Amino acid sequence: MLTTAGAIAAIAVMAVVTFLTRALPFLLFDRGSAPPKIILYLGRVLPPAVIAMLIIYCLKDISFAQAGGWVPQLISVAVVVVLHLWKHNNLLSIFGGTILYMVLVQAVFV
Amino acid sequence: MDRKALSAAFPVTVPVLMGYLAIGMAFGFMLQAVGYNFIWAFFMSLTIYAGSGQYLGVTLLATAASLGTVALMTLLINFRHLVYGLSMLEKFRGMGWRKFYMIFSLTDETYALLSSAQAPVGVNPRNFYFAIALLDHSYWIIGSVIGAVAGALIPVDTKGIDFAMTALFVVIAVDQWKAYRRHLPALLGFGVTIVFLIILGQIFGQQQMLIVSLGVIVLLLLILRDKLEEKEETPC
Repeated sequence: MLTTAGAIAAIAVMAVVTFLTRALPFLLFDRGSAPPKIILYLGRVLPPAVIAMLIIYCLKDISFAQAGGWVPQLISVAVVVVLHLWKHNNLLSIFGGTILYMVLVQAVFV
Repeated sequence: MDRKALSAAFPVTVPVLMGYLAIGMAFGFMLQAVGYNFIWAFFMSLTIYAGSGQYLGVTLLATAASLGTVALMTLLINFRHLVYGLSMLEKFRGMGWRKFYMIFSLTDETYALLSSAQAPVGVNPRNFYFAIALLDHSYWIIGSVIGAVAGALIPVDTKGIDFAMTALFVVIAVDQWKAYRRHLPALLGFGVTIVFLIILGQIFGQQQMLIVSLGVIVLLLLILRDKLEEKEETPC
């Protein structure tokens, strides 16, 4: 657990970095100069790659030593994908998958 | 505050009201589960104001990540905002001091509303945009505080609730998969991260390998630029 000062510092960093990513286009390109093509290219191809990376990051603690270490994750991710393709409802997909995962890790794979 | 703009903006923001209350509550609930109460939830939602960024923030706080990791992860997850800003340059022009707030509050959902919503006749468009941004932000703050308070009052076993973050990213990935014609960037992201973070991370430490994964992804995307650009001439 972080100290109070440490947690405040972390939150301040998150706030500043988030604001900077939102402000950067306005700081760089508001004078009418066109953004470099390479930035536009990365702005288009990087988001899906980063989201894919973050999904793997979320699942980094998976362990194949026992079923409880990977089966709940696999089932729940699959359910989120299927729910989302089927109903296209963000909230249903997120909460459906999360509740299922909680049931699996708390009651099924204990 | 222009009341006419506020009452014109409210109906437009109702879908975001529903979404932000729910997702904000889940954030507050998770934050409380890792030991940070509603005061923390309030200030995080007030000052950071980013859905997926704050979900990630819960993990970063819970794992006591270094400030460098916090900065890098926040940068990564918010990179898409770069594209949002580019398409709002015209819209925010001439908004004076409120432009600062408009840029701060440019979340995915507010961006979506601002891209499509039209101010009704007789309502100043700039006041209308400002009202949309302000309402969305307030829903987010209210939702996260309710979630944190509920998390403290309701004695439920929260084990596994952090999966909400994974689920959120999976939902974004499914939406992106459908919106993009080329899937190579996403596949690259999965492949590179599995190799570097999961496999090599066992040896060299996961914090370091996350940065290496990102570097390799950017490098490969730059190398593959010609191939990816010719096939994706019409970005969505």
